[in-house]
Amino acid sequence: MSTALGMFLVFIAVTFYITWWAARRSTGSSAYFAAGRSLTAWQNGVAVAGDYMSAASFLGIAGIIAFQGYDGFMYSVGWLVAYLTVLLVVAEPLRNAGKYTMADVLAYRLSPRPVRAMGALSTLTVSAFYMIAQMVGAGALVSLLLKDTGVTFHTAVIAVGALMIVYVVFGGMLATTWVQIVKAVLLMGGTILLSLLVLKHFGFSLGNFFAAVTQVTYHDAQGNVVTQNFLTPGLRYKPPYGALDLISLGMALIFGTAGLPHILVRFYTVPDAKTARASVVWAMLIIGSFYILTTFLGFGAATIVGRDFIAKNGGTNMSAPLLAQTLGGDLFFAFISAIAFATILAVVAGLTISASTSFAHDFWTNVLHRGKERSPGEEVRVARVTAFVVGAVAILIAILLGPNANVAFLVALAFAVAASANLPVIVLSLFWRRFNTRGAVAGLATGLLSSLILILLSPSIMKGAAVFPLENPGIVSIPLGFLGAAIGALTGREPEAEAKFTELNVRANTGLGAEKAGAH
Amino acid sequence: MPSASELNEKEPSNETIRPADWERVAATDEFKSLIAAKRRFIAPAVIFFIVYYFALPALVGYAPGLMSRRVLGVINLAYLFALSQFFMAWIVAALYMRAAGRFDEMARKIIHLLQGRLKGGE
Repeated sequence: MSTALGMFLVFIAVTFYITWWAARRSTGSSAYFAAGRSLTAWQNGVAVAGDYMSAASFLGIAGIIAFQGYDGFMYSVGWLVAYLTVLLVVAEPLRNAGKYTMADVLAYRLSPRPVRAMGALSTLTVSAFYMIAQMVGAGALVSLLLKDTGVTFHTAVIAVGALMIVYVVFGGMLATTWVQIVKAVLLMGGTILLSLLVLKHFGFSLGNFFAAVTQVTYHDAQGNVVTQNFLTPGLRYKPPYGALDLISLGMALIFGTAGLPHILVRFYTVPDAKTARASVVWAMLIIGSFYILTTFLGFGAATIVGRDFIAKNGGTNMSAPLLAQTLGGDLFFAFISAIAFATILAVVAGLTISASTSFAHDFWTNVLHRGKERSPGEEVRVARVTAFVVGAVAILIAILLGPNANVAFLVALAFAVAASANLPVIVLSLFWRRFNTRGAVAGLATGLLSSLILILLSPSIMKGAAVFPLENPGIVSIPLGFLGAAIGALTGREPEAEAKFTELNVRANTGLGAEKAGAH
Repeated sequence: MPSASELNEKEPSNETIRPADWERVAATDEFKSLIAAKRRFIAPAVIFFIVYYFALPALVGYAPGLMSRRVLGVINLAYLFALSQFFMAWIVAALYMRAAGRFDEMARKIIHLLQGRLKGGE
């Protein structure tokens, strides 16, 4: 296993070099928070893909497909189609109207202090769930891979946290972006290679491959041998609530992505709305190709490695690495594991920078100090300290939860909160003249609370005694988020917010007055 | 046609745009037709992709028998429909890219118009 450790170290060395290079280049707020708004469409597109394809994608989906077949592929579909919401509705107006954070768009025409405070709270909540999931995943993966070298879950979590703090504190958005680009290229390369090996195993015949997928054999919980067609839907989502749960999950994915703060802030790193649009399309090409290939990763693991073997050797999340080991030996196993590690590290860095930017820009500068930096560079200094604190807290919580915390559930929670709290208020403030501060605060609060409460009452937490029968709260909490926002807005009038809608509308649609690419 | 960097230099910055200017731009026929053109593309596109996407979990959930039917060798309708979602998303994105080129042109004209009026008004 020392090969795996060696590959980890090579990746870490490369990313340290990137961080050192970025730290020398970036000076000033726009450089630190938005990479100087100077990225090209493909650079940002690859970075969006790198930010998005997390441990849940690579390890999680491969595992769900390997164990529950077709139903796992539904995650893949939703995670790509979600980008149409980003492309058609959110990316361009956001780039034109905002500066560094999601709450910038809300604060444009609403009362800045309450909406920024709520926006920062929601950003931190979403990022926290997402990040803790990644850290737990990283800890479990690394400790399993390196168990011969004596690396424990705790050491692994602390290492991941410390690395991410270094990238964000010293390198800012520029370093984070390039870490994501390197990771996305590695992940795509590894996935294509692994898919080719799966096809080679079946003599490069798709017919043979799918024929094997229709006859997957394994032992069920009672020890009986089962042969199952893995292309058949319904192995995970069973009656009576399976269909509703599937729709609910779809809603959280489709509407949640456009509310994920760490994805939204990426559109501030490009010079204009046109580049933001092109970067979404680049991201869609990469993300779509990746998720189509999960067919080979997941079904490949089910047919070639087998459920029984994976269950005994690390569980669902190890499906992709074990597939690599079976097909390509220990060296390839180490390579794929290093990629999984890089994937997690990059996503965690992206989450940390969006969370600390939101705290520094929304809460510290605009809520506490009414929009004024008391000394030059204060906002960046606060963000650096926040990144350090966020990292330390994430390490602590991940260690407290331990290696057996349900990773997919934490990520689903992040998507549900983003879809229920963030998306309704972003959409309404961009498109509804009558929308106001009350509506935004009410919408964020309803969306946040309803999704959190429904998850607490769901089978994921309460098991058999669940009050709410669905795993995913989206189908209820997303409409509630919209409803809360609409009722809040309709129960009060805010002439200034309505008057400023014209300005926002012109700016969002023409780019007039939008933040320019910074001169270094 | 001026290059993007030339446009950036000439474009009025936030400070030079007065509140009345936003109102004036919003009132022009050019701006109204930009908004109308965008709405004509984006609204149907959003409705289409939402309907197409949710047809998948709905059919898989409520008509598993139909979706399990084999249509291409051993491959069933459920997998093919799921796969088609990827191409649907790429095609909608490509169509939007084409339409957005037109929106950019219209927005550029509006910015030029404002530059003329800013000079005229002073």
